[in-house]
Amino acid sequence: MTDTTATLKQTPLHACHVALGARMVPFGGWHMPVEYSGIIAEHMAVRTAAGLFDVSHMGEVEIAGPGALDAVQHITSNDASKLAIGQIQYSALTTPEGTFVDDLLVYRMGPSHFLLVINAGNIDKDVAWIQQRAAEAVPGVAVVNSSDRYALMALQGPRAEAILHTLTAIDLPAIRYYWFAHGEIAGVRGTVSRTGYTGEDGFEIMVPSAQGPRVWDALMAAGDAHGLKAAGLGARDTLRLEASMRLYGNDMDETRTVVEAGLGWIVGWKKPAFLGHDVLYAQKAAGTAQVLVGFEMIDRAIARHGHLVVADGVQVGVVTSGTQTPFVNKAIGMAYVPQALAAVGTPLTIDIRGRQARAVVVPMPFYKRAKSA
Amino acid sequence: MSYPTNLQYTKEHEWVLVDGQTASVGITDFAQQQLGDVVYVDLPEVGATVEAGRNFGTIESVKAVSDLYAPVTGTVIEVNTALKDSPQDLNQRPHDAWMIKVSLVDGGAMVELMDAAAYAEVAK
Repeated sequence: MTDTTATLKQTPLHACHVALGARMVPFGGWHMPVEYSGIIAEHMAVRTAAGLFDVSHMGEVEIAGPGALDAVQHITSNDASKLAIGQIQYSALTTPEGTFVDDLLVYRMGPSHFLLVINAGNIDKDVAWIQQRAAEAVPGVAVVNSSDRYALMALQGPRAEAILHTLTAIDLPAIRYYWFAHGEIAGVRGTVSRTGYTGEDGFEIMVPSAQGPRVWDALMAAGDAHGLKAAGLGARDTLRLEASMRLYGNDMDETRTVVEAGLGWIVGWKKPAFLGHDVLYAQKAAGTAQVLVGFEMIDRAIARHGHLVVADGVQVGVVTSGTQTPFVNKAIGMAYVPQALAAVGTPLTIDIRGRQARAVVVPMPFYKRAKSA
Repeated sequence: MSYPTNLQYTKEHEWVLVDGQTASVGITDFAQQQLGDVVYVDLPEVGATVEAGRNFGTIESVKAVSDLYAPVTGTVIEVNTALKDSPQDLNQRPHDAWMIKVSLVDGGAMVELMDAAAYAEVAK
């Protein structure tokens, strides 16, 4: 498929994927599994049982020491002062224009110690950005790229807790959504958070790289009786889209602001100045020309990233993500459109390889799991 | 994978079954494996003309869109409409699930076709 495979980075779990017969592809500079048993089967397993993903390609940056909170507050949009130790928030790494350098999770490890989980393809860019921008707020603050130190796995689905429970003494029911705890998993010391990118309940498990394969294999074995499947990047993408979670590089980038992306809820509106503060405040008050909406195809066709939204033959917007989703079983997607076309129920026309296909704006998320008892 | 010897194959990973003046066209097992789960096929309508080497439709898997290239020249006389509702047939039984049947034009162009043994070497 590619002759540059040799130059691609491998996660600590690479051998596990090869042993499982995964189809491996280049992704963001990494050699990653796109599917094992098939995207649809893996997607359905996560919705109905459980799936295990290798997300070790994601980057980790730690900010620690005196002034760490001030540094995090300066570079991210959400209000990190609200985080208790052991808590996580979704946030954006913003430019002064309020656009996305990246989206990320911020873990509060200690009073003055934060761990940021960032996108794989952005690690070099983010680290350089964070080092420069954090220092501008807090000269001398420690910023450490610890991406290579961890294997990160996502165990997702309604059976995730039952599977993980067999391998750890950590009190899993006590971990609320977007909180984490430390402890041993399959005899390996690590961190377990109730987070994910699938719209299901589940956990992300961070362990030292060298012990990653041992934990992966233990999870696969423990999950066998629960219908667990190894799941690749393909299912990760269809799952996150069904759950309306944005993907960096598709639905948000350095040209789109946090408000435009419909993520005003990850802006700490009460916190003092941060990068992008002025633009985002102005946009919150006055609105933006375009906004990200969810749509469903009416005509039989699948809109994809980059297809144009047209009106009277003229481009008015652009599709940022689109697929045929396995569980909802519809052709859905997200697009930036003018405010006038953003209301639920508004008909859209999308140019799909020269054919005008009809779609309609629908509420997001496309899929929401039933609340567990 | 063994490729049926009654079919002929193209380097675009399609198969052709010629029966008199009619040719059925499908995708190979290798093609479906490379595509992954097929979710949608856009095919021409009965009466449309297809031309060897030219695009005649698209096939979409969960992740990607691929063009379909006609191996033969002629008129579409039948379309496998069952694929609209069960595109997964192309994954599950690729060498049975034909997409279109074409009435061949006398002397019409065809792309280079391989037999099963030659194709098996290509699809490695």
